[in-house]
Amino acid sequence: MKPIFRSYCLLPNISRRRFLERLLAGGILLGFRPWLKAPQAKERTQPAAVLTGPKFNLTIASTPVNFTGAPRLATTVNGSIPAPTLRWREGDTVTVRVSNRLDEASSIHWHGILPPYQMDGVPGISFKGIAPGETFTYRFKVQQSGTYWYHSHSGMQEQTGLYGAIIVEPAEAEPIKADRDYIIMLSDWTDEDPMSIFAKLKKQSDYYNFNQLTALDFFQDAGAGGFASAIRKRHMWNQMRMNMTDLADISAYTYTYLMNGTTPAGNWTGLFRPGEKVRLRFINAGAQTFFDIRIPGLKMTVVQADGQNVEPVAVDEFRIGLSETYDVIVTPDDRAYTVFAQAMDRTGYACGTLATRHGLSAEIPRLDKPERLTMEDMMGDMNGDGKHTHVMDHSAHGGTHSSRGAIRAHHARTEFGAGVDMRVDMPRTNLDDPGVGLRNNGRRVLTYADLHTIGGSLDLREAGREIELHLTGNMKRYSWSFDGVEFGKSTPVHFRHGERLRVILVNDTMMTHPIHLHGMWSELESPDGRFQARKHTINIQPAQRVSFLVTADAPGRWAWHCHLFYHMHAGMMRQVVVD
Amino acid sequence: MRQWHRRYRITKQATLTGNPLKLIAAVMAFSLSPACSHDLKRLERAQEQALSSPAIAPAEHKGHRDRVRPGKKAHTAPAISSEERETMPAMDHSKMNHNPLPSTAQPRQPDTAENPEPDSSPGSADSEETGAGNHGNHHRHDDAGHGSLPRQEISPPSDVRDPHAYSEGYDFGPLPRPHMGDDDNQGSLLVDRLESQTKRNNTSVTYDWQAWYGPTYDRALIRAEGEIESGTFKNARNELLWAHAVTAYWDTHLGVRYDSGKGTDRGWLAFGVQGLAPYWLYVEATAYVNEQGRTAFRLETEYDLLLTQKLILQPRIELNIYSRRDDTRDVSSGLSDLEAGLRLRYEIVRELAPYVGFEWSGRFGSGADNIRVAGKDAEETRFVAGVRFWF
Repeated sequence: MKPIFRSYCLLPNISRRRFLERLLAGGILLGFRPWLKAPQAKERTQPAAVLTGPKFNLTIASTPVNFTGAPRLATTVNGSIPAPTLRWREGDTVTVRVSNRLDEASSIHWHGILPPYQMDGVPGISFKGIAPGETFTYRFKVQQSGTYWYHSHSGMQEQTGLYGAIIVEPAEAEPIKADRDYIIMLSDWTDEDPMSIFAKLKKQSDYYNFNQLTALDFFQDAGAGGFASAIRKRHMWNQMRMNMTDLADISAYTYTYLMNGTTPAGNWTGLFRPGEKVRLRFINAGAQTFFDIRIPGLKMTVVQADGQNVEPVAVDEFRIGLSETYDVIVTPDDRAYTVFAQAMDRTGYACGTLATRHGLSAEIPRLDKPERLTMEDMMGDMNGDGKHTHVMDHSAHGGTHSSRGAIRAHHARTEFGAGVDMRVDMPRTNLDDPGVGLRNNGRRVLTYADLHTIGGSLDLREAGREIELHLTGNMKRYSWSFDGVEFGKSTPVHFRHGERLRVILVNDTMMTHPIHLHGMWSELESPDGRFQARKHTINIQPAQRVSFLVTADAPGRWAWHCHLFYHMHAGMMRQVVVD
Repeated sequence: MRQWHRRYRITKQATLTGNPLKLIAAVMAFSLSPACSHDLKRLERAQEQALSSPAIAPAEHKGHRDRVRPGKKAHTAPAISSEERETMPAMDHSKMNHNPLPSTAQPRQPDTAENPEPDSSPGSADSEETGAGNHGNHHRHDDAGHGSLPRQEISPPSDVRDPHAYSEGYDFGPLPRPHMGDDDNQGSLLVDRLESQTKRNNTSVTYDWQAWYGPTYDRALIRAEGEIESGTFKNARNELLWAHAVTAYWDTHLGVRYDSGKGTDRGWLAFGVQGLAPYWLYVEATAYVNEQGRTAFRLETEYDLLLTQKLILQPRIELNIYSRRDDTRDVSSGLSDLEAGLRLRYEIVRELAPYVGFEWSGRFGSGADNIRVAGKDAEETRFVAGVRFWF
């Protein structure tokens, strides 16, 4: 790929904001002083409190913050962003009293935790929500351990700050040994009203994309590979009215990326002593941002994904989807390291420092060049025309080892409508593709094929039934759905109580969707049908088909949705009934 | 909507200089030309594809067997019509096959992700399309009869899933369903052109805006365009339309149009389409009929060529065709007028972009004669400067 011209100089807003970010780290202001001017703002936000014990009191309220130089109201729990970290113990029955001091309804969903459905915290599905001024008491037994998090499932509150970490200590001895333990919660902050962002996307879906191909790119490509080649490269995308630079709907044009509620200038710092094993619990609490995380100079050993311990795998970099968690172990030497989390569209980053004392910092790497989407991202299982075919399923080639053959997707009737701008008939099924932007970057990048949950599946039964759903959308109309049916027009998906079933998701769009099934584990399968990893959220890449097994052991009504916040809001959500 | 059509582009216009009209036409035409220029290559590719495709039946996934009725062709392929034909990439054989193949005895094919948009009339789309690599060619025959944009495509294949089957009769529970944004109403006003037009020491103001309100797939749309000279409306077209999304990129319109200004005011019934043709070519095509039996047709196309992320060159062509002359409005039968413009805008923010440009305008037939009789030119080139904004 030719380097893509990136014209930050043409984006006064960004540069202005970056400048301001250097002046202030942003965060919760001291008390209610919204008149505070930028340079006076506090250098670092209050770290989220850590709350322990079986009983918790949480208060949701609006709190003034200033991340960018412009004071705004955020939605907070007990006054902080992120919300307090809750430390639970496996086997305990926890009681969480949540008071809502907003002037709109609120809720808290325990992401990845499997409580009875009435305690799951999704308004309209598990309960009525928490009305303004009311208190709701969540009470359930914690029957799992690991790193999780919680967030609002109401309105736009997840975007405006309502997210916090949950650490559940195992009932038995912690198998992951570490000398230090830090949560690294990544999120994306905007000064805009999230509803206004949604409205803008509805009117012009590439509003936030300032990385589009221009005439200059064309001439660069033509110069490098010839005129015909440059035309060819674009031809199909133009014909299909698809944008190969559509990596994220929302960019750093409006987002400021936060690490533990701190802007890059605030430099969140985790301390260690040389030689110590440090456990970093990464949580992607962003609304619309995939992060690619690396710590230059350190190998990260991934030991847990979505709260479930996995066979350790050492990597240089990994992509964390919305709402996923990854725990890694690092063993730093006597120097400072930058924890670098760049947004998937490479317009910005969150970062912090691991150091032996406060005030140190290491070099912050440059943002990678944004890659363009490839033909595989559009077409799935191609017949060997793409440059990334080495990671593709080679059974597609010439029948030389075609034990399986390509798998055809079965589209729903409703996918043939105005809400769906593409369909993939022969999706790719391989899990060893790190995704656009991370392919062949010279670093060892984690893929789903590297994840092996320790202990294997919880339910050894074969699937008795299959459900195939397609992830669909129309980028221009900014409409997102399952099977071409937005949430408002959908009917629930019925899981029969007690059954073991296979869920097949085919991504008929050009974007990666993190799909989160509430209440039950999603046990990801390898392409040849072996157990891979137990997760609560599974990223499905463009034109990819992923299957996972579910044991429908949780009667009730559950949400099932894309964790890209604005996709969910645009309709990419279903209700699951287990009965 | 019109905001859609700003994306990355291919440029070629730099090689063209000289006659401004030629330049505009060339830039516009370029967006449509690749389909032709690639035909040959596509054929070649198709043949390669046919030769190289392994004759492997795709493994039928076990979970779907029960959905395929015995005795019925398992995977009836959808016919692919013109739009998909147009979207056939020359360079990529794997794009060729949209349609799933019968599960046995057909060469396995890679597949396309493009959705040909569905046809609202199921009859036109059928399942004759089962061929291997050469159907790029094949489509050509199918679509010979379809003339104008947008051509609508295929209906779903016959083995589509019922999207509501998984509910097994369950509905939402007793709680009020959570409210997402998918059925929210949105509204927008786009002033595409608000400009002064200068020609021969004579300056007029032209406006061209549209506003819509409604949910994603059905919107009320107002379009208005006109020219104000010396404080009076010289020409004004006002339309009130119901815009209904029928395919991924096209809306149909149904409504009324009212012309005022110079000459006899006229009311029309309007029906048409608006959307994006391949290559992000924005198209408004509307046919009109009025109670006196007059008919008219109006076509407007625009194209955004990104020079940088914020500097955008926009060729634009608009033409009007009428069935009968209307001397009070200097309208002639047949092609009555045509405007071709080239505007360069700078998006200070997405919503606000000042621009400059020039426009060639021609009137033809009896209308042109009337104008000449009045001592004016029927053809003129104007300098334009204005602002485009939306919210």
